[in-house]
Amino acid sequence: MSAKVTVEDVERVAELANLELALGETESMLHDLNAILEHVAELNELDTSGVEPLAQVNELKGAGGASVLRPDAREASLDRAAVMQEAPETDQAFFKVPKVIER
Amino acid sequence: MSSETKSTESYVEKPKSLTELRGAIASGAVKATDLAATYYDRIATVNARLNVYLSLTKERALEQAARVDDAAAKGDPLGPLAGIPVGIKDVLVMKGAPATAGSKILKGYHPPYDATAVTKLEAAGAVLLGKINCDEFAMGSSNENSAYGPVRNPVDTERVPGGSSGGSAAAVAANMAVATLGTDTGGSIRQPASFCGVVGVLPTYGRVSRYGLIAFASSLDRVGPFAANVRDAATLLGVIAGHDPKDATSSPAPVPDYAGESDKPVEGLRIGVPAEYFGEGLDPEVRAAIESGIDALKAAGCAVKPISLPHTRYAIPTYYLVATAEASANLARFDGVRYGYRSPASETLAAMYRHSRDEGFGAEVKRRILLGTYALSAGYYDAYYLKAQQVRRLLAEEFLRAFADVDAIVTPTSPVPAFKLGEKTGDPLAMYLADIYTVTASLAGICGVTVPCGTTGAGLPVGMQVLAVHLNEGTAFRVARAVEAAKG
Repeated sequence: MSAKVTVEDVERVAELANLELALGETESMLHDLNAILEHVAELNELDTSGVEPLAQVNELKGAGGASVLRPDAREASLDRAAVMQEAPETDQAFFKVPKVIER
Repeated sequence: MSSETKSTESYVEKPKSLTELRGAIASGAVKATDLAATYYDRIATVNARLNVYLSLTKERALEQAARVDDAAAKGDPLGPLAGIPVGIKDVLVMKGAPATAGSKILKGYHPPYDATAVTKLEAAGAVLLGKINCDEFAMGSSNENSAYGPVRNPVDTERVPGGSSGGSAAAVAANMAVATLGTDTGGSIRQPASFCGVVGVLPTYGRVSRYGLIAFASSLDRVGPFAANVRDAATLLGVIAGHDPKDATSSPAPVPDYAGESDKPVEGLRIGVPAEYFGEGLDPEVRAAIESGIDALKAAGCAVKPISLPHTRYAIPTYYLVATAEASANLARFDGVRYGYRSPASETLAAMYRHSRDEGFGAEVKRRILLGTYALSAGYYDAYYLKAQQVRRLLAEEFLRAFADVDAIVTPTSPVPAFKLGEKTGDPLAMYLADIYTVTASLAGICGVTVPCGTTGAGLPVGMQVLAVHLNEGTAFRVARAVEAAKG
C-alpha cells in the first residue's frame, strides 16, 4: 500500500477518469497524491482480517433502517423540453455530441 | 494561530429568533414581503465584500412572502417557518435558479426541479432568498475552492469562513439570512459553523432526503441547517427531516419535535469526553474554550466522564479514500453532454469529455477524482478502498460501543479557529488534516450539532461539537442548548 505513484500512474488514472491534465499539472498531482497516499498508508497498522467492509451505515444497528424502495409504478418524469434546454447541443429530441467513429 | 490578532473589519449581526419573527409576521406587525426586502437590502450592502450569495431568487421569494402575508391577513394557519428568510447552499437545486455547485462546469445550468429539502422549506412557509457560495462540489474546508471566489468570514474578513458550506455559515453570522441550508460530507456544516460562530447541524445519515443534492460522496452526504441559535436549528431540522420516496436511503423513522426536545433539561445526561480529540495539534485557546464548555455542562448537572475512541487517528485516511472513491464515480456524470459546460471545438467525443472536464473542474476536484479513481483501480482496490471500508466499520462500531455508556460525546469541532485566506491552499494534506474531529461522525453516520462555545483571546469563535448516536438529534440539541445558555 506504500507503493510510490509514478508519472505513468497519474497519466493512466487521468485517462481512466476522462481527465486531461494541463502541462505541469501532472507533476503537482503526482506530488500531492504521493503525500496523501503516504498518510493513508497508516491504515496498514490495523489488522482488518475478518472485518466486513461497511459501505452503507443504514445497516448498522439503530441507524435508521434499511433502504425503502418506492413501488415500481409508472410516474411522470421531467419535461423533455425543459431538460433539453439545459444541454449544450441538441436537436430537441436528442443530445448531440461530436463524431464518435471516423469513417 | 489564534494568538494572532484579528482584523477589525467585522460584519457580524445576529438575526432575530424564529419565534420572534414568526410571531411578528403572524400578528401582522411585520410583513413577510418587507422582511424579505430588508434582507435583500442587507445582502446588497455586504455581499460585495463577503461573496456569500452567488445568485438571488428574488421573484420566487417575494411571491412566497406575499402568499404568507395573505394567509396571515386572513388568519389562515401559518407554517412553522412562515415568512422566514432562508438561504440555500448552491449544491441543492431550486427549479429555474442557477445551480453551480461552486463549479465552472455547471455555469449556466438551471435545474428543472426542486430538491426535497427546498420543497419542504417552502411548504413550511420559508422565503428562499437565493443560492449560496461553497467549495466546488462541496470539496474543501475553507471555501477557497469555489470557482466564484472565496467567501470571507464575517467575524474577520481576512479569514476563511470554513468549508465547504462556508457561505451558509457566513450568511447567518452576517444576518444575510435568518437560517440557511448546508451540506456535510466530512465536516462541511460543523466546521464553518465553528469558524463563524453559529449553530450547524449534522443530521443522522438518511434523516434528510438527498434528492436534489448534487452528489459528492453518496454514503456520507447529509443536508442540514444553520441558524443563529440551537432552538431555531432544531425547528429547521424538524421541517426538512423525514422519509422521501425519491431517496431510498432516507430513513422511515418518525420525526420527533426537535425544538421541544431541545427545551428539555440536561441534568443527569451522561457526557463522554474522548481523550483522542484533545491531543497534539489542538490549539490551546480552543482547548480552553471547550473545557470551559464542559465545565458548564457539569454545572448544569451532566455526568461528564472520560472515554477513549482509539481508532480516531485512522479516520482521515479512511475518509479521504471512501469520499474520493465515491466522488470519482459521482462526478463522472459531468461530461459536457446533458448540462453545464462543454469545451468548444473538440473533434471527437472522447476529446470533448476530456477537455470539458479539464476546463470545467478546479484543481481540488481533479485531485480528488484522481485519488478516488486510483483507489478503485485494478490492483489497488483491495489495498485502499476495501481496507478503508473495513476501517469504517471499526470506527462506527467504536462509536456504538461508546454510546452504550454515554448519551452524548463532546469535542472541539476543529483543532484551530478560522485561519487566514491563503494560509493552507498550498498544502492539500494540511487542509485535509484540519478535518480530524469531524470526519469520524461522518463515517459512522451518527448525528451532531456544532454550538458556539466562547472565543479565543483575539475574538475568533470556537465551536463545540456535540455528537449523539443515530437518530438521537434531540439529545444533541439538548446538550447544545445547555452550552449555548452558558457560553453563547
